[in-house]
Amino acid sequence: MVRSPESPVLTISGLVKDVGPLPTLDGKMLRVVSGLSLIAERGQVTALLGANGAGKTTTIECAQGLQKRTAGAISLLGQDPDSAGAGLRARVGVMLQDGGLPPSARPIPLLRHIAGMYQDPWPVDELIGRLGIDSFSRTSVRRLSGGQKQRLALAAALVGNPEVLFLDEPSAGLDPQSRQMVFDLISELRNSGMGIILTTHLMDDAQRLADYVYIIDAGRNVAEGTVAQLLRHQLPAGDASQHIRTLLFETEPGLDFTGVLPDGVDVTEARAGSYAATGALTPADLAAITAWWAARGIMPSSLSLEARSLEDVFLDISGREIR
Amino acid sequence: MTRVTGGAPLDSAHRASAPRTAHGSAPASLLRRILLQGQYETITMLRNGEQLILAIVLPLLAMVGLTVTPLLDGLGSSRINVAVPGILALCAMSTAFTGQGISTGFDRRYGVLRFLSTTPLGRTGLIAGKVLAVLAVLFLQVLIVTAVALLLGWQPNPAGWLPGLAILVLGAAAFTALGLLVAGTVRPEATLAITNLLWILLGALGGIVIPAERLPALAQAVVHFLPSGALGQALRDAFLSGSVNGAAVLVLLLWTAIAGGAATRWFKWN
Repeated sequence: MVRSPESPVLTISGLVKDVGPLPTLDGKMLRVVSGLSLIAERGQVTALLGANGAGKTTTIECAQGLQKRTAGAISLLGQDPDSAGAGLRARVGVMLQDGGLPPSARPIPLLRHIAGMYQDPWPVDELIGRLGIDSFSRTSVRRLSGGQKQRLALAAALVGNPEVLFLDEPSAGLDPQSRQMVFDLISELRNSGMGIILTTHLMDDAQRLADYVYIIDAGRNVAEGTVAQLLRHQLPAGDASQHIRTLLFETEPGLDFTGVLPDGVDVTEARAGSYAATGALTPADLAAITAWWAARGIMPSSLSLEARSLEDVFLDISGREIR
Repeated sequence: MTRVTGGAPLDSAHRASAPRTAHGSAPASLLRRILLQGQYETITMLRNGEQLILAIVLPLLAMVGLTVTPLLDGLGSSRINVAVPGILALCAMSTAFTGQGISTGFDRRYGVLRFLSTTPLGRTGLIAGKVLAVLAVLFLQVLIVTAVALLLGWQPNPAGWLPGLAILVLGAAAFTALGLLVAGTVRPEATLAITNLLWILLGALGGIVIPAERLPALAQAVVHFLPSGALGQALRDAFLSGSVNGAAVLVLLLWTAIAGGAATRWFKWN
């Protein structure tokens, strides 16, 4: 098959995956994915966003050839992953949710071993420097922290210099520094043309990393778009909540804002001195509250205004029930 | 499903693509991948202290034990000559069944099998690498046991080496298939218990180091059909008289085929 530079790295259409038979369902099959479709492009981060159990991992494991699908079609770099050989596997990097690294292994020999499976691997020394693995290179996998394990698993997925990279919950267990390191690398790889598919249940990951987001719920697509599109277009025009903003500020505790802001604006003090005013805020409301501060000589130590977050969109779509 | 793109659905043509500079690797050759995996697994096995005790120390202790006790007297040859073939068979069971089974079981638990099967190595390469590692460790065991046995006065029938080593490899294949079958179908803790328990039971009563005629009547009836009894007997026949025990070889072939088929059918990768 001829590949054009524009062809997607991954196309999934109408994916269905049943698991079981399960004793908990009286020996019936459980449909984990029902008719899911997505497209992932080169040079983009495509995120599958959904709650735990939404079918994200099952979907990408079908794409990786780790699980056999019940129905539907999958094309990974133009090939069916179920019948793929070493040639396709060499072009695809996989970071599993559970890492999949042998507990007794030490990071560098392990990476060198995996690098040996490829003709033209990413130089291991460069990779370990890039992901800060040199700082724990003498520790066995079982003694690594969650963040260190995650960075090593990412290195193991990248050592083959793949065209397509699958990341299952990449920020799980990462401390803020590791997270920044990993996110910077993911952005850089995307810019170099790698097609990156990641799953996450964290809105923040999707918002910070993804060029295109598929929101998945109960094994189906429920919404898709760029982050900006999802934030803008989810609500029907005329829905008042479109104009909902939250004003966050910190100042002295125990202030009473009665009469300062209109009735529809709800002011809460979550922690002492940390306030959130939520409602259909207008420019006049902002002027009113800052004038009120000015009259009393109040200078907030922090101040920010937020529109809807991807989390709000997600909750609007998937319902606000607790999962 | 809800379209939230506010107009025409976004298909690939509407989404900007960055210029392609990321290039995928080609896989290393199949032979190189298998050799690398074999080497890696061999080193992992040799670094595992518990495994070395099972693979080297206990067989050597058993060999010495059998030469200083009268257990094997009256079987037509010296104690050491009767003991060593069984010890070699025990080595094959240690490495191929117990050691390999336990490591595969835990690799499965930790997702190592799944991860490696996404690399160019693949599932076939992974299994081939394990088989290679079993053969490499078995080779070292044979060297060590032979060296110690010769010091203890072992006089193998020279005609027995060729059939003996071939039968040892066949026995390793049967036990590898059995080890994979256990490791791929039950939890790793259960694999640990089953393979260790069977090592002790088959080692003591399975006709592997102690010939069938020295076992209780009940055991005598079945040991010829066990992989342990067949391997032990076939190696004794080879190294004591230079002959090939066709029935025992057939039993080993059947175990290899049945366990291999069952493992292929029921092995769960996750």
